[in-house]
Amino acid sequence: MNIQKDKHSQTETAVKEKGQQGVRLTPIYIMGKRYEVPEGLTIMKAMEYAGYILVRGCGCRGGTCGACGTVYRKPGDYKLQVALACQKTVEPDMYIAQIPFFPANRALYNFARLRAAPEEVFKLYPELFRCVACNSCTKACPQGIEVMDAVSALKQGNIAEAAQLSFDCIQCGLCASRCFGELAQYHMFQLARRIYGAKIVPRAEHLAEMVKAVNEERYDRFLDGLKQAKEEELKKLYQEREAEPMTAGEDWRPKDATYL
Amino acid sequence: MSLAYYPGCTLKTRARNLEEPAVASMEALGLKLDEVSGWNCCGAVYSLADDDLIHRVAPVRNLTRVEKQGKMELVTLCAFCLNTLKRANLLMKEDVEKRDTLNTFIDEGIAYNGEVKVVHLLEVLRDEIGWESLAQKVKLPLRELKAAPYYGCTLLRPREVAIDNVEAPSVLREFLKALGATPIDFGESTQCCGSYQIISNPNDISEYARVILSSASSHGAEALILTCPLCDYNLGQGQKELSKKSGLGEVPLLYFTQLLALALGLDPQVCHFELNYGSPESLLMAKGLLS
Repeated sequence: MNIQKDKHSQTETAVKEKGQQGVRLTPIYIMGKRYEVPEGLTIMKAMEYAGYILVRGCGCRGGTCGACGTVYRKPGDYKLQVALACQKTVEPDMYIAQIPFFPANRALYNFARLRAAPEEVFKLYPELFRCVACNSCTKACPQGIEVMDAVSALKQGNIAEAAQLSFDCIQCGLCASRCFGELAQYHMFQLARRIYGAKIVPRAEHLAEMVKAVNEERYDRFLDGLKQAKEEELKKLYQEREAEPMTAGEDWRPKDATYL
Repeated sequence: MSLAYYPGCTLKTRARNLEEPAVASMEALGLKLDEVSGWNCCGAVYSLADDDLIHRVAPVRNLTRVEKQGKMELVTLCAFCLNTLKRANLLMKEDVEKRDTLNTFIDEGIAYNGEVKVVHLLEVLRDEIGWESLAQKVKLPLRELKAAPYYGCTLLRPREVAIDNVEAPSVLREFLKALGATPIDFGESTQCCGSYQIISNPNDISEYARVILSSASSHGAEALILTCPLCDYNLGQGQKELSKKSGLGEVPLLYFTQLLALALGLDPQVCHFELNYGSPESLLMAKGLLS
């Protein structure tokens, strides 16, 4: 997160006054300075409560964009912990630092010309082989990905395995920030997922058929009908629609198959 | 019955012609190679700096994970992986201080004390199956194939991790005999191929290849039998350059596992001869081992 301190930020006294109104406050440390913030806030909201204005790099606030990577420690524990600031609620005495961006090497390539071969990854990211299996990347992943195992999969030329292991990656970059070998794991994984999706997984034939049907204007008249419908009519259609039951099996079909 | 098996990265890419015939052969022999899960790079080379502990992390993490899976013996196939894993294992057994440092850093939830036994597939064939019983399973004896065993360094050096007599090894000779081939002894069979010198002194490599291959050839060898993907690369590349420069013929390089699969009568497709240097197919066809 790019952060600015609000000129009109609450003073510490102000925070405490709020506390006297009955909200339970918990002490946290943002960049080394102590604040008391209401319990149950996320780290991101706690920072705003403390007076920070998050200008950019605070992202989606929904745990999917990877912009708010955060590292923290608790007193008396040598273990470094990680979280997404928008997801993790504050805990007493946590020392918090934001890593909204981490400079990482990203290779340039012409994707159309890449083959689904391990050597393509080796050539673009030769630093892959600097990995010493220290596993710091795995410990730094707020998504719980087995990052080092995915790096190993790439070294073993198993692009599909690397793509699958890294599926939940949100590219926050915390792995790269901790890497002994200076790898940018998340960019390598993105390459793996691209190759896997475009060049390894079999094409979905039913999708191509459907796109063809759409291009042949098979659904246009239904859509035009909907576009011209009045609000009341749309509401009625929506309320009376036949919904797929929660327990429906794969062979479930609606009674009215006009649109299939 | 199955054996816990550690493949190594190269065997999954460049050296599939070392791994795939081994996996198929062991299944045919009734001792399935069962790949351990969560394995990573073996460390590639055992650092000679005594206090360079960070480069011990990779091999020790592998061994720790193997023990966590309840496996007490680990079979390797790549000679270099064997060497790296076995030396790291020895360190964990003998050096209490470094063991504690490594265990604390590796942080896998158990303290590893070097209890997994690391073996090479040749030792399984020799000590668990035995040459006689291997010979009985041979369907296509490699008669008339004059093959020179080439050990290189990592199966035999240093002495503490050697799988055979350091000065006069015999495991490959006995292996070739069991398959019906004629082993050709030659003086350079335990000489270094140049190893990772290929990176800093690439020009020296073809000289190593020349010495080793011309010696094998002059003793009557028709092929050189290997256990290590780095030997294969160095000798193969070196030989290619020599033949370009001097027009010399090339001695085919074969992995011991390819001969095993052929002799057991398996589908030659598992051998991936297309990945070999010096096209061994014509030699094998001439000997009636390949159609």
